Amino acid sequence: MAHAEAATKFNKNEAKVNWHDKALWFVRQKRDRQAHKIQGWEHLRDYASALKANVLSNLDTYLIQFEENAKKNGINVHWAANAEEHNKIVHGILQKHNAKKIVKSKSMLTEECHLNPYLEANDIEVIDTDLGERIVQLAKESPSHIVLPAIHKTKEEVDELFQEHLGTQPSGGNPEYLTREARKHLRNKFLKADAAITGVNFAVADTGGFVVCTNEGNADMGAHLANVHIACMGMEKLIPQEKHLGVFLRLLARSATGQPITTYSSYFNKPEEGKEMHIVIVDNGRTEQLSREDFRRSLHCIRCGACMNTCPIYRRSGGHSYDATIPGPIGSILSPGKDLTKHSSLPFASTLCGSCSDVCPVKINIHEQLYKWRQIIVKDVPQPFVKKTVMKAAGSVLAKPKTYDFVGKTARFMLKNTPKSIINSKVNTWGHARDLPEVKGDNFEEWYKKRQKNE
Amino acid sequence: MKVGLFIPCYVNQLYPQVGIATLELLEKLGVDVEYPLGQTCCGQPLGNSGYEADSKGTCQLFVENFKKYDYIVGPSGSCVYHVKKHFDILEQTEDVKRVRENTFELCQFIYQILGKTKLGASFPHKVGIHKSCHGLRGLRLGSCSERMDPHFSTEENLLKEVKGLELKTLNRADECCGFGGTFSVFEEAISVKMGKDRIQDHIDSDVEVITGADHSCLMHLEGLINRNKKPLKVMHIAEILNSSI
Ligand code: SF4
Repeated sequence: MAHAEAATKFNKNEAKVNWHDKALWFVRQKRDRQAHKIQGWEHLRDYASALKANVLSNLDTYLIQFEENAKKNGINVHWAANAEEHNKIVHGILQKHNAKKIVKSKSMLTEECHLNPYLEANDIEVIDTDLGERIVQLAKESPSHIVLPAIHKTKEEVDELFQEHLGTQPSGGNPEYLTREARKHLRNKFLKADAAITGVNFAVADTGGFVVCTNEGNADMGAHLANVHIACMGMEKLIPQEKHLGVFLRLLARSATGQPITTYSSYFNKPEEGKEMHIVIVDNGRTEQLSREDFRRSLHCIRCGACMNTCPIYRRSGGHSYDATIPGPIGSILSPGKDLTKHSSLPFASTLCGSCSDVCPVKINIHEQLYKWRQIIVKDVPQPFVKKTVMKAAGSVLAKPKTYDFVGKTARFMLKNTPKSIINSKVNTWGHARDLPEVKGDNFEEWYKKRQKNE
Repeated sequence: MKVGLFIPCYVNQLYPQVGIATLELLEKLGVDVEYPLGQTCCGQPLGNSGYEADSKGTCQLFVENFKKYDYIVGPSGSCVYHVKKHFDILEQTEDVKRVRENTFELCQFIYQILGKTKLGASFPHKVGIHKSCHGLRGLRLGSCSERMDPHFSTEENLLKEVKGLELKTLNRADECCGFGGTFSVFEEAISVKMGKDRIQDHIDSDVEVITGADHSCLMHLEGLINRNKKPLKVMHIAEILNSSI
């Protein structure tokens, strides 16, 4: 389904749209307040962006350095060219340990690779332990936001979901009660888990360690209790040195949720005695994106979600309207690189307002990349005949002043003389909900010419 | 200093009064300004729809029309932004480079190039500014709420000097109105909702007149205001700056 269609559906319930918009705007405002407290915020963004650019242009070196150091620390390092390889590697590790019950903390990469259905098909139970993710998992949905996966659900909806799946009492959507119940439910899963899977926020080349950020401590709970810890990371997650975490952790927490620091920023450097630690480094289209000069910078992304919170369209269309693992502005520049036809409506789901680029902590020029994707899409993806013809015709009319003058006059004549009922009818999308401008008298050029004559 | 007046296509056809106010205002300020005939468009509608390649003739015509002027001034931030930003599709001849460099949005021209804020206007109404995105985040007519720069606004600097004008503060200082060119048609539901929300913010903030430096956004908002019979008016900032009682 194209974005516009899904967005129209979402807008059937205006009260919910208002609620969704306000919830995310609240996060954006929190972010603003925290960012204002840091002197040199813009400087920090420049620095982070430069660091990421450096990583991307030296990715080969950093990856090998990271692998060497990680191995020295006793971590097993695996390489996956694509999602399928990634899933097989993870499954292989689990099989070796005969692991049947897995707890997983938030990882957009495993969503991207569709790891859960893969493991479930192989008789392995995977429990998402991030509260928001657990909610969407129970609802058999995908996350609608990368930081707030269940932001599209009201507390009343969660209440019903928990009654059905966790056997809770009706509470009218009491968040404290529901969180307590979720905690009990998850604690049980943590204690019984054979292995823990986590994502990676930052992998540090010069130490071979990695950092996982959560607000619920669920990554730590899983990784510390289970005997096997598998961390899955996209290959762009590297940073050169540990000291650079001082840049990224400050930006991430503030941009994501408007907190001065994420509650748990956990450094994993080596496995505990008697336990195993694995890292799976995944490409899955990243090298290809890296090769596209205009879109390379999309790989700077640290998955903070700020571009979603700020996006006036995302806030009013909901994450699911993007029908992609990563929704919102950043998803709209990443997804076309994976499947241009499937995601061809996404770069058009924007007014190019540029708010995303200015909020982005690593300064990705998101709106400029949306513009660039549009140019590619109309060439490479079949366009509706009418749209294409109209655009091409417009191009030639606008290049010729005489024809333009004629067309302009005709349009004005039509606007002046066509009954409102026709102008505002169904065939005219503009006129559904908006009046057309009222046209009176001369256009500017006619007025100007007359004035010249009279002077 | 010779200035070429750039009147965007939709302003020429639908809002001649905005063009007139712009011209009169520049003349009032002693600018030697002329309107080169045979203008069409800057090519923005094509570029934003993905048909940039088909807009080369249009862009080239723009350069031909304006290359002889020291400055090119227009009352529409997004069109000016398009010239500055997206005329990179043309071969960068001296003419193209000069035109791109010397094209200015009206307020920016008055404030930055002429260095004026007191224009002698008077407009005794409660006014809210719609800071159009391409002017704000493209041309940087002011600071935007996403960035942590010191507060600054070209439009505010000019409007503050208008006699009797009461500038209102909005809850969301610079959210997009949802126009977005063809977005307004292809993503109608969201476009309309965004516009409605902007209008409500102005109403909640006790605004009588919404103004801005980009009439395309104002056209969208006006369409919604008129349809829903909301107690608001829209006026281009040139009309306010050119007004006197
Ligand atoms: S693109 Fe930027 S703002 Fe959006 S999620 Fe990535 S880092 Fe955050």
